[in-house]
Amino acid sequence: MTWDWGVVADFMPKFWDGLLVTLQILALGSLISFALGLVWALLMRTPTRFVRWPVGVVTEFIRNTPLLVQLFFFFYVLPEWGLTWSALTTGICAIGLHYSTYTMQVYRAGIEAVPVGQWEAATALNLPLRHTWTAVILPQAIRRVVPALGNYVISMLKDTPILMTITVLEMLGQARLFSQQNFQFTEPLTVIGVAFIVIAYPASLLVRALERRLVR
Amino acid sequence: MTSGLWELVLHGIWVTIQLLVLSGLLATAVAFGIGIARTHRLWIVRFLAGLYTEIFRGTSALIMIFWVFFVLPIAFGWQLVPLWAGTLALGLTYGAYGAEIVRGALNSVDPAQREGGIALSFTPWQRMRLVLLPQAVPEMIPPFSNLLVELLKGTALVSIMGMGDLAFSANLVRLALQQSAEIYTYVLLIYFVIAFVLTRGMRGLERKLKAGLGKPVGRTPEQELRPEPTGVGAGGTS
Repeated sequence: MTWDWGVVADFMPKFWDGLLVTLQILALGSLISFALGLVWALLMRTPTRFVRWPVGVVTEFIRNTPLLVQLFFFFYVLPEWGLTWSALTTGICAIGLHYSTYTMQVYRAGIEAVPVGQWEAATALNLPLRHTWTAVILPQAIRRVVPALGNYVISMLKDTPILMTITVLEMLGQARLFSQQNFQFTEPLTVIGVAFIVIAYPASLLVRALERRLVR
Repeated sequence: MTSGLWELVLHGIWVTIQLLVLSGLLATAVAFGIGIARTHRLWIVRFLAGLYTEIFRGTSALIMIFWVFFVLPIAFGWQLVPLWAGTLALGLTYGAYGAEIVRGALNSVDPAQREGGIALSFTPWQRMRLVLLPQAVPEMIPPFSNLLVELLKGTALVSIMGMGDLAFSANLVRLALQQSAEIYTYVLLIYFVIAFVLTRGMRGLERKLKAGLGKPVGRTPEQELRPEPTGVGAGGTS
């Protein structure tokens, strides 16, 4: 096995470019998944099954099919429907949508964990439904689920390399481009592999610390 | 779509199922091996097993696939057949997630059971085989079921390496027909059906295993409140 630090040095500028794109995908994708997941979770609590049933089926479908194929679907089909987004935008939306079906379950569990007495108190105080949610239920529910959401951010980080397949130049995309130009595979791939561990491990420690503080 | 194109898709399904079964078997072996090692009494064994899980859960499955396909041949002179390379990368990565499930289930067995095993002067191996595992395995089935669906989704990644699985056949059909919506919808549906069959099968298995223990089937109200651990999503829990 030969290891050449010179190659690593050559790759580093590309690596930082890729890291920036990865973090961008992660930040925007997380925001989309947090917001959309909450929407799904709230829709699943509407009294009519004509809303619950379709939302349940669609989210189950998205959760149980590969992100890779969903990405291809959006990347090739959206232009046919007249929506020409950049690869990066498509990728961020697809990954956000995919993970929203996971965060939805997290929110659901958080909402169900709010004690029944809180609902009854809100009813007794004659709070309107809107305020029951925004002032009583959600603040307690979301506080409980922050660590679980953090876990999904970490697992989203590990799914960002898939965006390489639709020509987004995130870390793995940069590594592959560099490898193909220079015929050096070992160093760039190992560098980004280590980079993922270096980012993901402290992040998981942070989530564990949050878990101890917020969830009692 | 013509019948020739459907044949391509059928072949893709076959490759995906082969890959799923092989990497599932490897992942199960790794999960039990590493998971049991994490409860070992020697700290060095626990440490090495923990290192393994942190490394393989820390990197992405796709990077492992790239590594096995491109770096392994150069570094060690092994050129694996694509099917085995895919099996190796997926099995080792998802096995690390499975190891956390095994460890969590073993730790959740009532300590009195282990102490009972010691009192009856069972060897550690007998204790594991006769007392702990029979009680821990049924508890592992629901999280394993989720992990199996994640593994199914993971198998699509090998199509990037040019393996002719279901996702790859979708790309070929798209190129042939110049129409994306139809074929990708079909392929997504096929993946969904496979996932559905897998989760149903795992539920049946859980029922069968729990019947031997006299435990209630399905989730208790207390478990119902917790978010579902998918393994892959659970960065640091369990």
